[in-house]
Amino acid sequence: MYQYIIRRILIFIPMLLALSIIVFALAKAAPGDPFTGKILDPNVNPEVFEQQREALGLNKSVPEQYVNWASRFAKGEFGESITYKGRSVQSLISERLGNTVRLGVFALFLTLIVSIPIGIYSARKPYSPLDYAATTFGFMGLAIPNFFFGLVAIYFFSIKLGWFPSQGSIGGPGMEGFSEFMSRLHHLVLPGITLGLAGTATYMRYMRSEMLDVLDSDYVRTARAKGMSERNVLYKHTLRNALIPIITLMGFEFGTLLGGAIITEQVFNYPGLGTLFISSVINKDYPVVMAISLFLGVAILIGNLLADIFYSIVDPRIRYD
Amino acid sequence: MTNQPVLQVDNLKTYFYLEDDRVARAVDDVSFTIYPGETVALVGESGSGKSMTGLSVMRLIAQPGKIVDGSITMNNLDLLSLRDREIISIRGNDIAMIFQEPMTALNPVFTIGNQITEVVRKHKKLSKQAARQKAIDLLKMVGIPRAEEIMNEYPHQLSGGMRQRVMIAIAISCEPKLLIADEPTTALDVTIQAQILELLEELKRELKMGLLLITHDLGVVYEYADRVMVMYGGQIVEHAPTKELLKLTKHPYTEGLLASIPNLDEEVDRLGTIKGVVPPAYQFPQGCRFSDRCPHVMDKCKESNPELTKITQDHDVRCYLYEKGGNDK
Repeated sequence: MYQYIIRRILIFIPMLLALSIIVFALAKAAPGDPFTGKILDPNVNPEVFEQQREALGLNKSVPEQYVNWASRFAKGEFGESITYKGRSVQSLISERLGNTVRLGVFALFLTLIVSIPIGIYSARKPYSPLDYAATTFGFMGLAIPNFFFGLVAIYFFSIKLGWFPSQGSIGGPGMEGFSEFMSRLHHLVLPGITLGLAGTATYMRYMRSEMLDVLDSDYVRTARAKGMSERNVLYKHTLRNALIPIITLMGFEFGTLLGGAIITEQVFNYPGLGTLFISSVINKDYPVVMAISLFLGVAILIGNLLADIFYSIVDPRIRYD
Repeated sequence: MTNQPVLQVDNLKTYFYLEDDRVARAVDDVSFTIYPGETVALVGESGSGKSMTGLSVMRLIAQPGKIVDGSITMNNLDLLSLRDREIISIRGNDIAMIFQEPMTALNPVFTIGNQITEVVRKHKKLSKQAARQKAIDLLKMVGIPRAEEIMNEYPHQLSGGMRQRVMIAIAISCEPKLLIADEPTTALDVTIQAQILELLEELKRELKMGLLLITHDLGVVYEYADRVMVMYGGQIVEHAPTKELLKLTKHPYTEGLLASIPNLDEEVDRLGTIKGVVPPAYQFPQGCRFSDRCPHVMDKCKESNPELTKITQDHDVRCYLYEKGGNDK
């Protein structure tokens, strides 16, 4: 098992290398550099820009720039942001990471507490009115794009009803303890629901079909033949088996959650990694773009690894050696 | 046999209500009794309603199936009138069932120990410790070596034969009065088959259970059954003590089944077959359900379905050939 985990982590290295090359190439393929498109200050001599380009190494060939960046990155020097003068990439990311993680965890939590009970109910009473309602809701949730749902949610719940704030992550500076927690939670509700929506639909459909499959299996019939109560049959014999694919799904969805957060954060102007990422891409702030891309890459790989590890815990048939 | 039957089934009808208003008469007016310590075989091709009969007795018929008529009596208790909560205390306790596929009949994510102890803890209210000891004893009883270790193992770590032994251990854990074995050896290889059947036979004698053996293997029937019921199209078409049934076969369907067994003493080029297939349970032919496959079919057979008729003391047959109690074929 440990050997397996170590092997999996070692595979991360070539994958991240490939990822960084692709992202770097794509970022460079976009025309311009951090200084194009800026309103040229008439007081600044254009030569200064040229000097800056030279200093940042932007005049070198793309492969050369990549090697320079990669060798520094490998040493743990993530560099400085070009847009935010003098801020290290590290401090920029760590400042925003907490917000994104809070949003992701909150969205996942909402997804699970809604989708799993509804999925179980739908499987117990398939083709009942509530099952149809859940199915309809599920397909709508899948069909509505994140950003659109976010806008509608802002319109109704923040502008019309004024229940929740439409942007930001906290009410104001200087909050502490419980009031900070409540303010953050208050700000999380709309983006959390928006981000969790598509996931809720997916998990619900999965849960329903898995439960139906397992309820039909021989070993559930055995459990019934043993005289086990309906509750035992459902929550012990069926649920444990039906959750196995859900865990795999969670591993894959982990990436979607972070990816989806980029758009959701933008819609709610939520100061997380997503908004930072988009502004960095627009400003061609290469060090930040690269660092966030690799960070998301690592997060997705770790999500998949965790899914595999949990998988082997819930399903004794799976052994890695 | 003068003692009280362990199970009495009367005019049992289990229908499946399919889409577009078709009704599959999977079990259609079946009656039989089983006495303690007796092995009764229920034979027939796939789709003849054998398993559905077994599942009906357990009241494990799932949607869209429904037991529509009849009675199932055990110890003066009508199982069909029990509420769901009451039948749960009978299943696995007074009636137990083992299934055809030992590979999939055990839950893959729980240990063998867990799956045995939960039954005795539920029905016999044993403590955790006592249940564990009981489970180990049961595993030893069904001939599983290293019983203590097996307790902590998972089904996928055992062979098919071992899993079927575990299933049997679970089934006999509460010393049921009736054991329904639904093709218990079909999925196993031949040497293991004999071991499992010997084990069932031995346990049946020891615990004085009634055994309903559902099978399509007439070799098994010959070896282990006291009485045989031949089922076709959801109905019993012939019923007799094993020796009599095999020697004085009456129903053309039973004859067909027997003709399709290889005989080691005679050399034949081709085994006998019954032409055609079992009709689906929502589309039985008019008249006798076997009429479109029967080599002795008469005009009458296509008009109405014959009744199951006693032709001697303990031999019943459902066929117009024996209408006057005679033997005219």
